[in-house]
Amino acid sequence: MKIAITADKGSLDAPLDPRFGRCAWFIILDSSSPEEFTTIENRAASAGGGAGVQAAQEIIDAGVEAVISGNYGPRAYDALSTAGISMYIVEAQTIRQAVEAFNAGKGKLLDSPSAAAHAGLRRI
Amino acid sequence: MKITIASGKGGTGKTTVAVNLATLAAGEMDGVAYVDCDVEEPDGHLFVHPQISSEEEAQVPVPVVDEDRCTHCGDCARACRFNALLATKKKVIIFQELCHGCGTCSIVCPEGAISETKRAIGVVRRGQADSMTYLGGVLNVGENMATPLVGRVKENITNDISLAFIDASPGTSCPVIEAVRDTDYVILVTEPTPFGLSDLKLAVEMTRELDIPFGVVINRDMDTTSVLEDYFERENIDILARIPLRRDIAETVSRGNMLLDYNNEIRNIFQSLFELIASKR
Repeated sequence: MKIAITADKGSLDAPLDPRFGRCAWFIILDSSSPEEFTTIENRAASAGGGAGVQAAQEIIDAGVEAVISGNYGPRAYDALSTAGISMYIVEAQTIRQAVEAFNAGKGKLLDSPSAAAHAGLRRI
Repeated sequence: MKITIASGKGGTGKTTVAVNLATLAAGEMDGVAYVDCDVEEPDGHLFVHPQISSEEEAQVPVPVVDEDRCTHCGDCARACRFNALLATKKKVIIFQELCHGCGTCSIVCPEGAISETKRAIGVVRRGQADSMTYLGGVLNVGENMATPLVGRVKENITNDISLAFIDASPGTSCPVIEAVRDTDYVILVTEPTPFGLSDLKLAVEMTRELDIPFGVVINRDMDTTSVLEDYFERENIDILARIPLRRDIAETVSRGNMLLDYNNEIRNIFQSLFELIASKR
């Protein structure tokens, strides 16, 4: 499955960035062959407002089926669910571990936003 | 003439100065208005007690997409500087509360699929308090867009008003700029504390950037104000008035009373301030 994962840096050993809208990087890969990955720098990180919307637009344009992150705010949630992109929360330290946990079925699929607007790392 | 009362730091006494100055002016001349542009937390009406004669809804433009014409190319979403549009492969979603009404999306759409509709952000109220005109804006609860409402309130300052006192919100961001812009003089109200001075410097910078003459009123004036005096001297800033730090003054204001009615000593402070301002016309 083609998925995007929010990351602190553009490599598989980078820490998983727990925020969706304002993460530093998106790592795009096929979950069955994670070593062939591409990276997108998240320009929404410095957006004045609507970071979740801008980040979602990047993800939609990248053509992924699912996203792995830590926290999704209300606008990010609306945007991604309208686009039919599944949102997962995975407890993992690095990108590599996040993909492994996802493949092992340990990802939690969201049916509502996990965070309030501008919540940073706090969860509802 | 339009005079804006601003501050920098919140709670320094803008409304106290604005309502008392405006009311005193209205007693001395015709065509005076008090204009409450703190649309998120208006409180001038608590002192001035206007009889409201009209309340008009204020609206801002937002886009609406004709999905029959839309090809989902995403140009509108990419052009929007405020991230108010999201283009999925099947439809365009609009985040109305992020929209700043610039119209760029409708201009860039190659199919002409975007047209304009309106949404309400608050109200503009007009009324009278004796011979003084009252104007004020009230932003809807939960609404982000204060700035357009501030502009709308100011648009209601009609030609029959010869002297308007505009009460701005605290800070130096967009709603304050909108209140201060295109006025003739700014009164910056400060308090003699390090925090007050720090925010006053930002307000002075803002007012100078907007190229509007200004003076300062020191509220809660204490004997130990040397930290401010150094700054005022260095920057060559006019001190228009000083209202002393006194518990009884704070008490009467907290009860919603006008300082003009408190005693002659305080009334004279505002009388001198009014005469100083009137000489600037």
